[in-house]
Amino acid sequence: MYGYAGRVLRVDLTTGKTRVEQLNTEIAKKYVGGIGLGMKLWLDNSQAGVDPFSPDNPLILTLGPISGTMFPTAGNGHAFVSKSPATFGIGEAVAHGTFGAEMKRAGYDAVILTGKSEKPVYLWIDDDSVQLLDASHLMGKSPAETEDAIKDELGDYYIRVASIGLAGEKLSRIACIINEKTRAAGRTGMGAVMGSKNLKAIAVRGTRDIVPAKPDEFMDMVKEFHERMKGPATQKYRTLGTPENVLVHNALHCMPTRNYNNAHFENAEKVSGEVLNEKFVAKIIGCSSCAMRCEHEVIVPEGAYKGTMTRMEYETLWALGPYCGIDKLDAIIKGMELCNYYGMDAISAGVIVGFAMDCYEHGILSKADMGGVEANFGNAEALIQILEKMGKREGIGDVLAEGVRIAGQKIGKGAEKLAQHIKGLEVTGYDLRCLKTAALGFAVSFRGADHNRHGAYAFDVKGKVDRLKAEKGRGRMVRDMEDTYALIDSFIVCKFSRGTYYKEMPDMAKLYSLVTGFDMTPEELKKAGERINTIARVINVREGLGRKDDTLPWKVMNLPIPDDGPVKGAVVTQEELDLLLDDYYTARGWTLEGLPTTEKLKELGMDDALRIVEGKQEA
Amino acid sequence: MVRPQDRKFVTADPEKCIGCTVCEYACSMTNEKTYNPTKSRIRALRLGPLNNLAVTCRHCEDPACIAACPRDALSQEEDTGIIIVDENACNGCAWCISACQFGAMMMHPEKKVVFTCNSCKDQPDGPQCVKWCPEEALSFVSAQQLAQKSRLSAVKNLFQEAKEKTAEAK
Repeated sequence: MYGYAGRVLRVDLTTGKTRVEQLNTEIAKKYVGGIGLGMKLWLDNSQAGVDPFSPDNPLILTLGPISGTMFPTAGNGHAFVSKSPATFGIGEAVAHGTFGAEMKRAGYDAVILTGKSEKPVYLWIDDDSVQLLDASHLMGKSPAETEDAIKDELGDYYIRVASIGLAGEKLSRIACIINEKTRAAGRTGMGAVMGSKNLKAIAVRGTRDIVPAKPDEFMDMVKEFHERMKGPATQKYRTLGTPENVLVHNALHCMPTRNYNNAHFENAEKVSGEVLNEKFVAKIIGCSSCAMRCEHEVIVPEGAYKGTMTRMEYETLWALGPYCGIDKLDAIIKGMELCNYYGMDAISAGVIVGFAMDCYEHGILSKADMGGVEANFGNAEALIQILEKMGKREGIGDVLAEGVRIAGQKIGKGAEKLAQHIKGLEVTGYDLRCLKTAALGFAVSFRGADHNRHGAYAFDVKGKVDRLKAEKGRGRMVRDMEDTYALIDSFIVCKFSRGTYYKEMPDMAKLYSLVTGFDMTPEELKKAGERINTIARVINVREGLGRKDDTLPWKVMNLPIPDDGPVKGAVVTQEELDLLLDDYYTARGWTLEGLPTTEKLKELGMDDALRIVEGKQEA
Repeated sequence: MVRPQDRKFVTADPEKCIGCTVCEYACSMTNEKTYNPTKSRIRALRLGPLNNLAVTCRHCEDPACIAACPRDALSQEEDTGIIIVDENACNGCAWCISACQFGAMMMHPEKKVVFTCNSCKDQPDGPQCVKWCPEEALSFVSAQQLAQKSRLSAVKNLFQEAKEKTAEAK
């Protein structure tokens, strides 16, 4: 077998038993790998309504068919899939680095983790040897410390580790799973699911051969893509990196600022990608097999946070900076380091701090509530203090670690309206009031508020559509982008490389065919992308989500952009949202309640999902 | 006859190397028809995010590996400096592995004999890791060339500093 390892590892943490099963090739072809395969395996291995922290909620780790090969960016990704403790729908998060390639070389396409260990353990996969080892001495350690300790005690420097920090151990709903110190499977609280199983880390060493089905043609394609990656399609990532967005978004007044009170940050110049690169970036490094490199490693050279070192990207810089009204880059970098230290999704963490500051300024949270922290917008010290409290779940941090939706409900007094999330997942750095294609993409995203499920902001930001207008046709645009993005996360290739696939589906189909030896046409591949989005929908339907949850944060629909400028007064009305949703569901071939129809499921060869949606479609 | 100081070997520039391991993939595919870092003759090491370096055989003069071998399984090609392993004589005792200061001697996971960089001497365009390195961090150079390169950049830096100091003084 080529491309796929052909094996699935099952680990029951309750009994400690492990078992290797054959990969079902038909399922693999239909759902590709990565998040697609992960969601299918999750659906088949769980019961409706399972609590995310129940031992019966499987946590699934998947690799893609391209993992472990030399294809640039494709060799190195891995995905975690489970029911999300943040959204109570399907959760998934992808990370890159070297962990995925190592796991593939150990000979697995997926690892299904079920049950709950009595004591803290970590999973040690050494090719065919699989063991659960005591992790009590690792508890409380950061992912970076855990990684070093495991490498030390197992005595192999090339072991790769994905682990949780204190946030995951304490079931924070924004906990992530971090590999190689700075790479995070960040969103939807996968680290908390891992923590709920008493599983501190997964360590892997893989030494098997990976050979593509057609090595010579494959190497020609690799060569072609190496050239493409040196070209304009990846230039942004190789130079300023994603923080370039700070000034771009700010100029367009689409950078949510101070918990969505503004769409423009007056001090953006101080936290721009330009300043970051000039004053803080020490080196730009790359993942295994990558030919472009994007990871901007920053070091604070002086001041109170001197010596702080971490990776920086736009989303996290935005969340910990402008979203909290903070214009001090060194503090933002410190905040990012703290998120990595405790193992928190830094996007969600920043949005939560912004939310807490908004509550404080509205008098909903007092200084006493905040444990003495003066949580005004712009207070960089407060950012650090609140993040510390969240990481340790101390004081107000205990409530905030639940994410803005649950924290808003617990705090009450109108805090719910200040909680900017969709389906319980915190927003990301695009002001949806003036990016209406993105607004639709965010509303229907199966994992909640996120730009990485569709990338629909590109149409708005690049001026390909009137970004202030909600109109028919946006549904198709979002649908097509969703299908592509689902495939990217299933192959798994890096989203930063998406521009190098000049002919999107034909290029990707060729790559799949050369690696696996299965003939894949562009049309079939497109259908697989649709199938992956549909199974996510089916899962969410089974877990009780529907059209009512395809909505937007309160401020996006109720607080018009106040800033003087190109988009003053912009907001998304209920009528506009309804129009967009109808258009999207129609484009998908779903009912207006957002349910896949029987015909559609049959067309996609998903007859096994019929039992879940049938009977609900007419309701 | 090539003088020892003119023998070429693969070396990585620590300023440029980013630890992407493309060299490992290119090497193992070229020499072993597989993607498998444990069969690569060059290995990338990331000590921390900022400290990356790919390391392989430097074709030393009077190589420690050869001196360490108790079975005379290793020899050095006169012209290229490449270490030749007699796979029939090698029994995988690993003395050469501990003797090499660069970790460039490695045990083959299947053959159970040692292997090291052969400079891709059968490839018309030379070492494949150098060809594929996306950062141009690898080069196939002699010690002479390496010294010239270092000297050039040192002197350039010196003059740059001198210029800056003059500018500051003004």
